Amino acid sequence: MTGTSEMANILAEAAGRLLEDHVTRGVLGAAEDGTWPSDLWQVLEDNGLTQPLAPEDRGGRGASFADAFVIAFAAGRRRAPVPLVETMAAGWLLGRAGIEVPAGPLALIDGGGDLTFKDGALSGVAEGVPWAAQAGHLVAEIDGTVALIPTDAVTITPDRNMAGEPRDTVTFAKAKPSGTGTLDLTATLPVARTLGALMRAAQMAGAMEGAVTLAVQHAGDREQFGRPIAKFQAIQQMLARAAARAAQARSAAETAFLALDRAGDDLTDAEWDVAAAKVVAGEAAEIVYDAAHQTHGAIGFTYEHELHFTTRRLWAWRGEFGAETFWAQDIGRRVLARGADNLWPDLTARQMG
Amino acid sequence: MEDIRFTPGLLPPEAEALRAEVRTFIADHLKGYPGVKRAKSWSGADPEFSKAMGARGWIGMTWPTEYGGGGRSFLERYVVLEEMLAAGAPVSAHWVADRQSGPLLLKFGTEDQRRKYIPAITRGESYFCIGMSEPNSGSDLASIRTRAEKTADGWRINGQKIWTSKAHTAHHMIALVRTRPQDPKDRHAGLSQFLIDMKETKGVTIRPIRNMAGEQMFNEVFFEDAEVPADALVGTEGGGWGQVTTELAFERSGPERYLSSYQLLFELVREIGADAGPAEAAGIGRLAAHLSTLRQMSISIATMLERGETPNLAAAIVKELGVAYEQDMPGKAHDIAGISPRTGGGDFDQVMAYMTMAARSFSLRGGTREIMRGIIARGLGLR
Repeated sequence: MTGTSEMANILAEAAGRLLEDHVTRGVLGAAEDGTWPSDLWQVLEDNGLTQPLAPEDRGGRGASFADAFVIAFAAGRRRAPVPLVETMAAGWLLGRAGIEVPAGPLALIDGGGDLTFKDGALSGVAEGVPWAAQAGHLVAEIDGTVALIPTDAVTITPDRNMAGEPRDTVTFAKAKPSGTGTLDLTATLPVARTLGALMRAAQMAGAMEGAVTLAVQHAGDREQFGRPIAKFQAIQQMLARAAARAAQARSAAETAFLALDRAGDDLTDAEWDVAAAKVVAGEAAEIVYDAAHQTHGAIGFTYEHELHFTTRRLWAWRGEFGAETFWAQDIGRRVLARGADNLWPDLTARQMG
Repeated sequence: MEDIRFTPGLLPPEAEALRAEVRTFIADHLKGYPGVKRAKSWSGADPEFSKAMGARGWIGMTWPTEYGGGGRSFLERYVVLEEMLAAGAPVSAHWVADRQSGPLLLKFGTEDQRRKYIPAITRGESYFCIGMSEPNSGSDLASIRTRAEKTADGWRINGQKIWTSKAHTAHHMIALVRTRPQDPKDRHAGLSQFLIDMKETKGVTIRPIRNMAGEQMFNEVFFEDAEVPADALVGTEGGGWGQVTTELAFERSGPERYLSSYQLLFELVREIGADAGPAEAAGIGRLAAHLSTLRQMSISIATMLERGETPNLAAAIVKELGVAYEQDMPGKAHDIAGISPRTGGGDFDQVMAYMTMAARSFSLRGGTREIMRGIIARGLGLR
């Protein structure tokens, strides 16, 4: 059960408070202009929030995915301009592969690219790598081998997503890892992609709660025709629909985190829940983005207003670690391959306690 | 703004154990049952099927055993319901009694009423309908005008109900009527609930209304000096509004709020087959993604009910999302495998045609989409 354990409560309280205090509008703006928020990162690391998933004997806290959900959710809710979730996911991969987890931010490379691992070195190009230039190390997973690569062993060309978050191009030319290990896991998809999508789904759910909260506040403050626009049914209906979809995205993401805990050494079923969470989050984002901006009117379209820090991230995150179409096709193919008669039995078996 | 959370819940082993039993029962009783009948979902009726379910103890499952109930958990009941709905089993005859009327009588009824009515419901032999809407009172339920006046030995009812599902087959109606004139200062005051015997009460006329899918599901019900005994009053005189609100929470939280069009997804998957193109696979995948997340949310609500909570806001959210999903299913099916269904076609044609029409009612019944969003908006602090 998520959100009810002592560990989850501690992490939720710490993540919520620290991110609320440290992710100010100034920090968000500066991060977009290229300033690495080192104070923010340091306070997260000092409070043990960056490596919840790595085992304790590898430098982590050994928390469950269910416990770590609250950190990823809060990271999205507060738009933390640091690779917090990527570091969490990379730390889990390193831990599973028996590699010591280094301190500092880690860059998680999306699986499914064209990287090759041969004669103990990596070659190829990875695009859209989150915070590669700011990270001390990169973590890649290639056909079950996890590699930890110092960033000074690769060439990094900075790039950004539409929310202004670093998404760099990384060129590996026989780059030597400082550590490698094998993942003893069964999976039908690259594990780094699944983990990345899992984290993005939770961040998106958090961001959607944030966008709905901003819109509800604005609707209560903004007066037109002599009353707050919250009193108009058109606004109420639009925001109610958005809030419902945001709640669905949160539920789907929490379910996927729980599925990772229950998966053990076989991620096949958990991949389904991650896929569902990413699809549902992406579709919900469309509705939440629309309702939040429509409620805010022109002020929400300005750079000065903070809404866009959330909504631009929603759009960017939809496409990262597999857009809805990728994940929808994956589970659609599974359903069609198994046939109509197995649809319901498979669904109930997969979600069994 | 209320915190809206759906803590993921898992069905306990005793609930999962029941699943195999239910599937065997369905396989035995519904062999060869056609797709277009399964598509009726919880609108399809078969009294024999209801009696067979009653004999297995699957009606009134959570009710106290002293009244014939099963004394089992909400999560066990959840498994039976979702398996029945996924199979398109004809559960409609006893559905309202099991979902609403029984719990209402157990909560607000007298000891005599419980002993008199509950056991027959659990046997699958006693069917109920709900008399709420009136010609000028749909979503605005507080504006109803049907009235009951006190007589020497009971009550005299005059007025009219409409859109009453299954009034023509139900043995009893639980009707919301006015026992005091409308108070402009408190629109919810002066309403009361009565249990009316639909077969024996004189002055009750039922007139069927055919729906656009060609079915006779709902009715007009007229009360002309219909005399009911004093013990027909359910709960307290004037307390009807609070009772109805409690009742509607049961009506809005179950798996029937996202599974009504499951048979169309089933036929669609069969129609598309394993050699699907990427767009078809993605379309099916989106529908499957929603199916699995809505199921989780629905189970989460069942878990809250089991803990004794009344998650009215969460129930409204699941109804909003679930109804949109089941209502959009024909349109999505059309996007994926567009056809103009013909009456002489196979299962996909027939289910597609039926569901396209039936789905129009999904966002009307049990509180309209707009009412649900109003409840959610209140939870958000907008009103």
